[in-house]
Amino acid sequence: MTKNLRVKSSKLVDETYRISFKFNGTTYYGFKGDTLASALLANNIHLVGRSFKYHRPRGIMTAGSEEPNAIVQLHNGTSRTEPNVRATEIEIYEGLVATSQNCWPSVKFDIGGINNFLSPLLPAGFYYKTFMWPASFWEKYEYFIRKSAGLGKSPDVPDPDIYEHKYIHCDVLVIGAGISGLIAAKTSAKSGFKTLLVEEKSYLGGSTIYQDSEFFKINNQNSASWLEKEINEVKKIENLEIKTRTSVAAFHGYNFLLARENLTDHLPLEQRENKTRQRLLKIRAKKVITATGSIERPLIFDNNDRPGILLSSAIKKYADLFGVACGEKNILFTNNDSVYETAISLIQKGIKVQAIIDNREEIDSKLIKETEKNNIKIYKGYTIVDTFGYKRINSVSIMKLSKDGQKVIGSKENISCDSLGISGGWTPAVHLFTQSGGKLKFRDDDQVFIPNTYPSNQISIGSCNGDFTLDEILINTPKLLKEFLNIKKTEYENIEIYSAFNKSKRNIWLLPSNKIVGKTKSFVDFQNDATAKDIKLALREGFRSIEHVKRYTTTGMGTDQGKLGNMHALGIISETASSKMGELGTTTFRPPYTPLTFGTIVGRNVGKYFDIIRKTPIHEWHVENKAEFENVGQWKRAWYYPQNGENMHEAVQRESKAARDSAGILDASTLGKIDIQGTDASEFLNRVYTNAWSKLEIGKCRYGLMLNEDGMVYDDGVTTRLDENHYIMTTTTGGAATVLGKLEDYLQTEWPELDVYLTSVTDHYATISVCGPNSKKIIQKVIPEIDLSDKDFPHMSFKNSKIGNVKCRVMRISFTGEQCYEINIQANYAKSVWENCMEAGKDFNITPYGTETMHLLRAEKGFIIAGQDTDATMTPIDLQMDWIVSKKKFDFIGKRSLYRSDTIREDRKQLVGLITDNPEEILEEGAQIVADMNKKPIEMLGHVTSSYFSPNLKKSIALGVVKGGKNMMGQKLIIPMEKKQINVTVTDPVFLDKENKRLNA
Amino acid sequence: MFLINCPFCGEREQSEFKAGGEAHIVRPKQPTELSDDQWAEYLFMRKNIKGIQFERWNHIHGCRKWFNMVRDTSNDEIKAVYKMGEKPPVK
Ligand SMILES: [Zn+2]
Repeated sequence: MTKNLRVKSSKLVDETYRISFKFNGTTYYGFKGDTLASALLANNIHLVGRSFKYHRPRGIMTAGSEEPNAIVQLHNGTSRTEPNVRATEIEIYEGLVATSQNCWPSVKFDIGGINNFLSPLLPAGFYYKTFMWPASFWEKYEYFIRKSAGLGKSPDVPDPDIYEHKYIHCDVLVIGAGISGLIAAKTSAKSGFKTLLVEEKSYLGGSTIYQDSEFFKINNQNSASWLEKEINEVKKIENLEIKTRTSVAAFHGYNFLLARENLTDHLPLEQRENKTRQRLLKIRAKKVITATGSIERPLIFDNNDRPGILLSSAIKKYADLFGVACGEKNILFTNNDSVYETAISLIQKGIKVQAIIDNREEIDSKLIKETEKNNIKIYKGYTIVDTFGYKRINSVSIMKLSKDGQKVIGSKENISCDSLGISGGWTPAVHLFTQSGGKLKFRDDDQVFIPNTYPSNQISIGSCNGDFTLDEILINTPKLLKEFLNIKKTEYENIEIYSAFNKSKRNIWLLPSNKIVGKTKSFVDFQNDATAKDIKLALREGFRSIEHVKRYTTTGMGTDQGKLGNMHALGIISETASSKMGELGTTTFRPPYTPLTFGTIVGRNVGKYFDIIRKTPIHEWHVENKAEFENVGQWKRAWYYPQNGENMHEAVQRESKAARDSAGILDASTLGKIDIQGTDASEFLNRVYTNAWSKLEIGKCRYGLMLNEDGMVYDDGVTTRLDENHYIMTTTTGGAATVLGKLEDYLQTEWPELDVYLTSVTDHYATISVCGPNSKKIIQKVIPEIDLSDKDFPHMSFKNSKIGNVKCRVMRISFTGEQCYEINIQANYAKSVWENCMEAGKDFNITPYGTETMHLLRAEKGFIIAGQDTDATMTPIDLQMDWIVSKKKFDFIGKRSLYRSDTIREDRKQLVGLITDNPEEILEEGAQIVADMNKKPIEMLGHVTSSYFSPNLKKSIALGVVKGGKNMMGQKLIIPMEKKQINVTVTDPVFLDKENKRLNA
Repeated sequence: MFLINCPFCGEREQSEFKAGGEAHIVRPKQPTELSDDQWAEYLFMRKNIKGIQFERWNHIHGCRKWFNMVRDTSNDEIKAVYKMGEKPPVK
């Protein structure tokens, strides 16, 4: 029963270019230039979805981005399915496949529709009240809610399209290419400003471009023809860039804006290959001119949501711009003059207007007279009290309004129709303006919020500034532009304007009904199914703040952010609570103005470009030798080197044993390295580390602990004195950048008098660490000229040396407890030196080991890893590292905090060793530690921070933090797991070689 | 997103900077002589002003210099930027 409701060819639609598309499984035809909505309407299809809560049938309601109902899922192959696409925005292309989104199993028969009959049980706050308790039922509720309230499906394979980001800097950005935006762009560009004009639609000219009647004239031409000539001129201006299909998503402070440019969504599928689909424009503009227009308001009456009910301006636009009739028997319902423009447009095209219902009693304007001339019955002072028709409106009943507009009087009259156009006046689109931080003021005359104070160099012009009529726009816009752009003249000084529009309006936020309150369904937010009744209920339940009412009723919380109904929600609150509109404030509009795809947001930062990858200069060797890698910050670190099908545990056991039995080699290049120079370098180290540095001899190394000012351990590492005023500090891999930042902070802001210079050299030097009883022999082979005797080169000392002609630094320091040498060498020689070490170590079974083995080896020695065994709540005292805290030093960062009342508590969590009763049992890192399982609630004493099976000790070892653990040596504790309890004994954290014999073995 | 006029580099995007909290809090010269309360005042207590606020900023992805900023937190207007050690240009 599809009909063709195409009435007339139009400027936008190319009737020689037919396009086929599929909607809910049926093939239809439209023309190039159609939106999915206009093409569906031309096929007499209004029903496109179901509402969110009650699953009521819903139709296309608007012709723009404010659309609440006509939200569809696009299917362009499995990987290109896209939810939440507004049918009113997407331009049809050959092969388009779309389905309704919010319905199950189908749009015509929807099981959730039963909610509509259960609606007395689904009041505002229903979900909060019901599904919150008992919490354990949530999983069941969620299943049903998700199934029946499907918000579309996201694709489950990677997005194959290309997206990109682009920065644009301009003098003037104009948002919106309606009549005022075009005037602004032309004036700005012709005054010499580099100007960018963006428009969300595919065409320029806004609603004026189809305002083609003798009732609106500029310089004696129909306004549409006048504007067309303007557009032709505008397109030729050199320093004016125009971007259509570009929607500003966010207007941030300091005139920083984000816009999405749609490049291929309107093209036939085969023309999109290898093209960028969408572009995120990051615009920094010296000046911004917002000309975003206005959005027509609906009217709030019983059953105002049936398919076939559209905004009056949408009916006009579909007729004028797309040549489509929304119905064959139209009724228009209004409180202002706008619907008469629609009526005249429809009459001109031979589309029948059944009747006009106008809230206003006494009305008189040229538009109305013209309408009456065509024998259209106008019901003055009437309102609609109900509508009928389940999947498409078929009639309305009307009644007379009382003088005060609070009641309906007289008898009911029924009028049949197949389409109803409604107009409640206009709301300036101030969303972007308020996003930027702009403050609104309320204009009582016509009950609108308009821009008041601007936070940055910007203005709003045209109807988004409250100038709704042609004469207001053409008189006010040039004035505003002259002041804003600081120019003397515009081209629009002596322009002749004729507008038949009369501004009178009878504003009633919630129209009265003959039914009792509570029996009506007057929708305020169509997408989220919030009714006037819900808002009143929220007020009865005590909600007053608009932000609270919004969240409780979900008004304005859909993907359209309540572009249609927010004002009515405010109006109803204001009337019910007897407060003034201007004093209620508005809810906050948040970016994005219209939804963005994730692709646009991430741009090219996908896959391997998602984040920076840092590789050590020895990385390729690790790859060639089949290392498994671990991410440590942005670094790729060799984790372990499995051989002959070993799993991680087996590889780590082998590597750990080899390192202690003979020799191991580790790529430690990722450790942070900071070069410290200056006459006050020693004093500086004294202040940033807990221990003393002044007496460290040149050529010696020292381990240091760095605290935050609150006394908590922040980072650690070994620092070497290279010369009188020259040190090299190492930091943890993850802490490198923040340690440098912190040190710079203190140098620049607290101690600017110190003569100290810091330079990050992390990337400049590679570090190769060779440890084990045979490490000395290996290093000797690699660097023959160096004297490695314990006397000449003891533990914790350093030597400059050379490998071939290349200078290197050798440190004898150890993170494993074994005798250990670290070669620091210019990064580009690192791989060949590593290979030299491997060659030299062949006879000693030199074994490369990764981070996992490194962690195991240091745990055997009870060495902490800052960030693993500490968590910003551990002082050095908590770590049982009292020995590293200088008592003599006057001050260092964090010193005073070490004896605050909280940090001297005996029952703080302290680092201890944990040995399992069963030596084979390995604890889980993060597991809780308790003492008494019987006393409820069970007190949690701490948790396991590091845990391994030690191949060298042949038992399980762990480190953990335990309340008062220092005084619990030998005590039994319990690690409760899901299905068992593990018994452990508290020990000293040093498990192996307490006497440090191995360092000089 | 702010445009920040680094006193060393000039106008740059906010994404190049890191905010560093309230400005003009001087680290006590003799922390050991302070009571717990006095030390806590320095350590923890920060103003959170609606209006004119003095802040520290670091041009972390630029010259790495710290500097001070006077910002109206109610509308994010940056009233002034000045180098460390300099007197605030507005009260
Ligand atoms: Zn800078």
